[in-house]
Amino acid sequence: MNYPAIKGAGYGLIQANGMLIHHGTTQTSERIKNAESEHLQKLPEHLRSFEDAVKYPPNQAFIGNIMPDELKTIPRPWYENQINDAARDGKYGEIMPEDEFLGLMKIVDIFDLVVLEEEFQAHIKEKLAAHLILGNINKFDNLNKNTGSFDEINKMVEEHVALPLYFEGKLLGCVKKAHEFDEALSAHVMFENLVAKASAVYALKLLMAKTDLNPEDIDYIIECSEEACGDMNQRGGGNFAKAIGEICDCINATGSDTRSFCAGPAHAFVEAAALVQAGVYKNVVVLAGGCTAKLGMNSKEHVKKGMPALEDMLGAFAIHIAENDGVNPVIRTDAVGRHRIGSGASPQAVMTAIVTDPLDSVGYKITDVDRYSPEMQNPEITEPAGAGDVPQANYKMIAALAVKRGEIPKDKMLQAVADFGMPGFAPTQGHIPSGVPFIGHGRDMILAGKIDRAMIIGKGSLFLGRLTSLFDGISFLIEKNSGTVDAGFDKDVVRQMIGEAMRDFAKTFNAQ
Amino acid sequence: MDLENQARIKDLTDKYGKEDLIVILGGAEAEASGLAAETVATGDPTFAGPLSGVSLGLKAYHIFELKNDVNADVYEEQIGMMEMVLNVDEIVEEVKTYRK
Amino acid sequence: MLKGKKVAILGDRDGIPGPAIEECVKSAGADVVFSTTECFV
Repeated sequence: MNYPAIKGAGYGLIQANGMLIHHGTTQTSERIKNAESEHLQKLPEHLRSFEDAVKYPPNQAFIGNIMPDELKTIPRPWYENQINDAARDGKYGEIMPEDEFLGLMKIVDIFDLVVLEEEFQAHIKEKLAAHLILGNINKFDNLNKNTGSFDEINKMVEEHVALPLYFEGKLLGCVKKAHEFDEALSAHVMFENLVAKASAVYALKLLMAKTDLNPEDIDYIIECSEEACGDMNQRGGGNFAKAIGEICDCINATGSDTRSFCAGPAHAFVEAAALVQAGVYKNVVVLAGGCTAKLGMNSKEHVKKGMPALEDMLGAFAIHIAENDGVNPVIRTDAVGRHRIGSGASPQAVMTAIVTDPLDSVGYKITDVDRYSPEMQNPEITEPAGAGDVPQANYKMIAALAVKRGEIPKDKMLQAVADFGMPGFAPTQGHIPSGVPFIGHGRDMILAGKIDRAMIIGKGSLFLGRLTSLFDGISFLIEKNSGTVDAGFDKDVVRQMIGEAMRDFAKTFNAQ
Repeated sequence: MDLENQARIKDLTDKYGKEDLIVILGGAEAEASGLAAETVATGDPTFAGPLSGVSLGLKAYHIFELKNDVNADVYEEQIGMMEMVLNVDEIVEEVKTYRK
Repeated sequence: MLKGKKVAILGDRDGIPGPAIEECVKSAGADVVFSTTECFV
């Protein structure tokens, strides 16, 4: 069986304080109810500097500079135990400041919707030209044109023709609506979609810079964020994948978008794996950009508790899946867990469908999996908001199932959690933390012989879309490569075997 | 507690009255469960939603508290595993305080 | 205690979701008038 292999992973983080204040839905909702509220007054005092965001241990884990396990050795709160010599450049990616991202949004915008203030655009053009990966990006020339004066930009924002772009408290640009009255092309929608596009472009460029994947090698791109692009006659027509591929010079690729709330990426991986294993495509990239709506989602609680506004990072990733090369960890397409429509909604039914059913189908015990990567949200973000430690809760459920199945005794439950669990380190960006953040680390740990296999789990709250009360979940195993590439049906070998069988038959016949 | 859900609970109380209507919670954490119990009893303490300053007087129970009222097999199938995962005592203690 | 009572369910995706609570209270004879599941992450 020639399972597909994971050949590389790229991860990007973008600090976006301006977007947190002006576009995070917790803040925009608050502004509508009470523009003078205490929360909105206090929040700016809790914003982090870019340097602090870079030094923050979970962010360093996300871009691959420290292993998730290392977070266990750093005392909490992590924001008070920063990594002092941390760099914005990471083994799997990079952390970008907001001004550069505004420039990147301008680059990827080919409909002249992003207008930056003239001096700022000139400055950011120079800054980005020096960026090792983005300096020669396709459409860089967009930074040569279509600027606006501060007054023009301010007017567009005040007249609700555009949404503002801020950096360090200054209004430096805006994103215009793409149509006079089409709500699907409103400034709000275009803003979110351009952020998703630009951040995914960043991740794909990082993947190609950090690995030997070339843009022309890619045949298919699957984008799996939670945004929708279209117009009023086809509100979610798509597609982000091709738009992103275009900026990244993927001239031989096509692509499409896959959606399932936070479980989107896991579905996309299974689809990519199936396409590669079936021989339809050779090199597939699964990618997704970040979400402005979720920035500062829990910031009210963070501010109340005197913490920094930790949800200031947009997340993005791009993962390369290709044919088995005898080296890279494989995706076990024969062990895909799935929450079926008839699975039931109890936590036990959900975890059984997603975790233990696929393990049973290939004869593995829960304890045969070295690491589980469910929703890897940073607990430092979620605990103060009353949402608990999400990865830990998932680990406890998996361990509880192991107890129920008689694989481990009840008093060993917490030990199991410590063995196959990891601290969460991803920003609360919905689809971004869902299983994916561990793929880069997991691949390296498998290649180094530290672990043999890991399970990646994605879960989605479909009920939030008000079309179903159903939940969703998908899982897959990544495993050490067996070292051999199955050459498939070899005619010569078969001819030889038939020849030998006939000679044996003739011998027997003659002997009689 | 979700703002839309606050509005629905308010409407349901108007329809059925606070004596007949009870709220059952499935919260994973004591703090969030307590917040929901408080909201349906004496109003939204965060003043974020339609139940801000609105005292419905509803009693809220966490499903963990109703084990004895539920069919044992059904409870085991639906809730059993989570008893091992969540901090049952902490959640129940918190929710009880809002039920006078 | 639940028999005949009108019940509004506030489930939690990371705790006990609405449909699971519904099965329980229906088995106890309650009348479910509202059921939802909240998601905090």
